[in-house]
Amino acid sequence: MKRKSRGAFLFLTPSVLLLLIFFIVPIILTICFAFTNMALTGSAARNLQFIGFQNFTNMFQDPDFRISVWRTLVFLIFSAVIGQVVLGFILALLMKEKNVTFRRIIGIIVIAGWVTPEIVVAFCMVAFFSDNGSLNQIIGWFGISPVSWLFSFPMVSVIIANIWHGTAFSMMVYQSALDEIPKDIEEAATIDGASNFKILSYITIPMVKGSIVTNMMLVTLQTLGVFTLIYTMTGGGPGTATQTLPVFMYNQAFVNYQFGYGTAISLVLLVIGIVASLFYMKSMKVKV
Amino acid sequence: MVKHRLQRNIQYGILVVLGLCFLLPLFWILLASFDTNAQQGIRFPNFTLDNFSAVLGDSGNLRSFGVGIILSGGQATLVVLASVLAAYPLSRYEMRFKKSFLLSILFMTALPITAVMVPVFQMFLFFKLQNSIFATMLFLTSSSLPYGIWMMKSFMDSVPIDLEEAAWIDGASVWGGLRRIVAPLMLPGIATIAIFTFSGSWGNFFVPYILLQTPEKLPASVTIYQFFGSHGMVEYGRLAAFSLLYTMPSVVLYMFSQRYMSKGFSMGGATKG
Repeated sequence: MKRKSRGAFLFLTPSVLLLLIFFIVPIILTICFAFTNMALTGSAARNLQFIGFQNFTNMFQDPDFRISVWRTLVFLIFSAVIGQVVLGFILALLMKEKNVTFRRIIGIIVIAGWVTPEIVVAFCMVAFFSDNGSLNQIIGWFGISPVSWLFSFPMVSVIIANIWHGTAFSMMVYQSALDEIPKDIEEAATIDGASNFKILSYITIPMVKGSIVTNMMLVTLQTLGVFTLIYTMTGGGPGTATQTLPVFMYNQAFVNYQFGYGTAISLVLLVIGIVASLFYMKSMKVKV
Repeated sequence: MVKHRLQRNIQYGILVVLGLCFLLPLFWILLASFDTNAQQGIRFPNFTLDNFSAVLGDSGNLRSFGVGIILSGGQATLVVLASVLAAYPLSRYEMRFKKSFLLSILFMTALPITAVMVPVFQMFLFFKLQNSIFATMLFLTSSSLPYGIWMMKSFMDSVPIDLEEAAWIDGASVWGGLRRIVAPLMLPGIATIAIFTFSGSWGNFFVPYILLQTPEKLPASVTIYQFFGSHGMVEYGRLAAFSLLYTMPSVVLYMFSQRYMSKGFSMGGATKG
């Protein structure tokens, strides 16, 4: 029995107020401030002006902006799509129907990376990739001379760090999706002589397609917002080598104090996020 | 059959290698935390607890843990309270804007919070709220509210309405029914949301880093960064010990949440018989 509300909608007040103040207002402010020359220092600080699309024209001409869009894309594709989504799926698939204890141990190790706070992940990874770090120790056993990973391959380092931190989530999503596939379907295909590859591409993947799409959108959205990991591992450097959009936004707003410009970058980030969010909701096919 | 067994062994082999790759960075932090002369590489230490006693003996570190607990605990409490209240009408009543409200909530769960930090900082500056732990807590609360409301609503949907109706017949008010019947039955769900919120906030670096300034008000997540950001990464052992202590609550809470999760969905049985 569902009743018509009389006063119960009042229960929504605290949530609505909080969301309004800290979510809706900042989004509206982003849209307004992005068209101003707001700054914390200099003449613009005293003399706030509406400057139209100036920030955006500057932005699209700024080589730093263009390259950070590119880096964000590289980071998304390699650490979110290829890294977490594919590696998570491979892990879930390999762990299927394996020894229970073995499954648990591997599961715990992968999940440990996910439970670890981002800032600790960054610290572990800085040590791991450092000149005297574990990675160089290991490649040393094979006679390879040490590499300055964080200087020579900074993007690779942050991508691997993000994969290490995030893969468990995808793995868990796929594990529960794979568990839902009725066993007899795959067994029947095996009896009919289908190869493992055929079973995977014609039965398993189509049956978990929904979770793959939803998970991919969610992981992409999370990765789009990644700031802490990159900022604390490399500070966006060396130079600007790992400056993705969130780091670029931070540097413009909080290091150079160009708030108008920083907000314009936020707006770009927000629009990408909104588009991805809409796709995500579409992929969920929610009923409310 | 032989081919099949070979295939299985290869699969086990790949899993072992992947597992080792995932283990290695963690293994280092474990070893380094017990080693007073720890370096960046892996080596077996002469086990000592000196690093831990040094970290725990520093009042600044302890205070940062305290601030973290206040910030995350306060946030988790507020999220639970606000989302239980919000979930009730969303789960139990017909309302005109319910569908669009729920869709906007779902939409907000997916938005990257990073994108609004610049205007939020300006808002805090304008209202002179920067460096206020309470205001930071409120912002964190609203950032995890969409997820909290969405989860809470689905948990509440699975609490049968019959029980509540029985309570109303016995003379309970709407509020009384929520407090005495629905909320207790939802405890596993509430615990899950509280734990997720707490852990998320405990590990959050960006928000307190932007919104708080004075060292006394910084939670452990920011203190740890200043440790390795400004001291030139000298004392790896202490830093590893600090990291490990700081990670512990997340690990313990995750284990708790697993227990609640497995129990959480069996409450439909309450109306049987």
